[in-house]
Amino acid sequence: MPEQNENKSFASTSLRLKVGLAEMLKGGVIMDVMNVEQARIAEQSGAAAVMALERVPAMIRAEGGVARMAKPSLIKQIIQAVSIPVMAKARIGHFAEAQILQELGVDFIDESEVLTPADEAHHIDKHAFTTPFVCGARNLGEALRRIAEGAAMIRTKGEAGTGDVVHAVQHMRQITSEMRALTVLTEQELYAAAKNHQAPYELIRMVAQTGKLPVPNFSAGGIATPADAALMMQLGAEAIFVGSGIFMKERATPLDVENDPKEREEAVSRAKAIVIATTHYNDPKVLAEVSEQVTGTMKGLAAAGLEESQLLQTRGW
Amino acid sequence: MTENRSLPRIGVLAIQGDYAAHAAALADAGADPLEVRQPDQLKGLAGLILPGGESTTILKFLDKLNFFEILQEFCSVNPVFGTCAGAILLAREVRNPAQRSLGVLDAVVERNAYGRQVDSSILTAETALPGGPLEMVFIRAPRIVNTGSTVKVLAVRDGSPVLVRQGSVLAATFHPELSPDRRVHQLFVQIVNAAHSQKAHELEVRF
Repeated sequence: MPEQNENKSFASTSLRLKVGLAEMLKGGVIMDVMNVEQARIAEQSGAAAVMALERVPAMIRAEGGVARMAKPSLIKQIIQAVSIPVMAKARIGHFAEAQILQELGVDFIDESEVLTPADEAHHIDKHAFTTPFVCGARNLGEALRRIAEGAAMIRTKGEAGTGDVVHAVQHMRQITSEMRALTVLTEQELYAAAKNHQAPYELIRMVAQTGKLPVPNFSAGGIATPADAALMMQLGAEAIFVGSGIFMKERATPLDVENDPKEREEAVSRAKAIVIATTHYNDPKVLAEVSEQVTGTMKGLAAAGLEESQLLQTRGW
Repeated sequence: MTENRSLPRIGVLAIQGDYAAHAAALADAGADPLEVRQPDQLKGLAGLILPGGESTTILKFLDKLNFFEILQEFCSVNPVFGTCAGAILLAREVRNPAQRSLGVLDAVVERNAYGRQVDSSILTAETALPGGPLEMVFIRAPRIVNTGSTVKVLAVRDGSPVLVRQGSVLAATFHPELSPDRRVHQLFVQIVNAAHSQKAHELEVRF
């Protein structure tokens, strides 16, 4: 490892390659998939990557229990089935799950609040891995703490598994307005800003100079329709994660894409529409056309009605 | 941007991928970049870049509105530069898996040929470009396994071409837009300018 000493700097080979793959995913949609058939539908509908997991957030929310990394056999099958990048989730702080995912050859690891956290104080030291990581954030300080730990991509947390976009909007607006505010501060004021955001001074200074995060900034958590995807892109997201919005129907049950052609068609129509809306996010004519083509939508849960203890976004430190 | 008439206006296909990085590189290299999302936006462009991203995703969009055919026609008469996924789209034949391509570059390209993301790498090596070694960023890169006799190889990695030119078609399996070195984009802008003055010359001769 020749670059071990410069490992944590933004000029390091390792981090440039990690951020490089995130760059390639821009303008695209990353879809949660629970089996090979869903992965194929995602690829055929134009997804830029898939996230392999055993239960989508809406099911985790409904069924409860401990949510862990997906089974290696499932991840391997999905890697075999598609040519696009495959991501998978590890629990917050669970570096052994991350080691396994890296060994399996996943292209991106999501250290995700959607799974049950494994450590209530520490996140994974992501510099220790060759595989790039994406992490969720609700505000600038949280985003920069994850970047300091080695994340190569940030996504808004939103409130996963609800189909309610309200918190993704809140988190994106929070991050972008906090970045804008930094750009007008003096050098002296940046030290206090670093303290207030609980983030490393060097990263605060980098954001103050450029007005943006040093890694791509994507959006996740409650995006369920083409209009939701366009909204997040217009608010500054560089790509979209869709979890439960494509393959779920009523009462946290997945559409039967393997046996029911009508349900399969419904999933395809949603997937295609969200992909098109993410590219043409600034073109209301296209958005109207694709919104019309969608059959069925995840019913969803209003995030405002959730108890504090049911929130996934408060996981992460 | 529109007032800048002295600079060649070069499009960047902005369906999906790192089109913003290409637009920034083009601006550095002396061109006026324009993001292209619809086929009618190709009108009046002096050249086009097909960026890195997911070639399967980009292909989905080309299936609609005759975009594929319109793009194919554009690429056969105008300078075009493809990187990574863009190079895959330009090829005559694509393998692993086989997929549709524009066929304007006489080459066979194999997708994900160097492995997955953990196998991505940065290489610095001498190329046919003047100015010393060139940094080349490979991300889930394809491999050019075969080229026709009119294709000029400008750089190689382990014996396989990684930067090639066939007339006014330029293709790289790496990502020059992710390096600070702008020589590859400058070469493309030169190709565009040369093709443009050639066209102007032909018009003068005709009238």
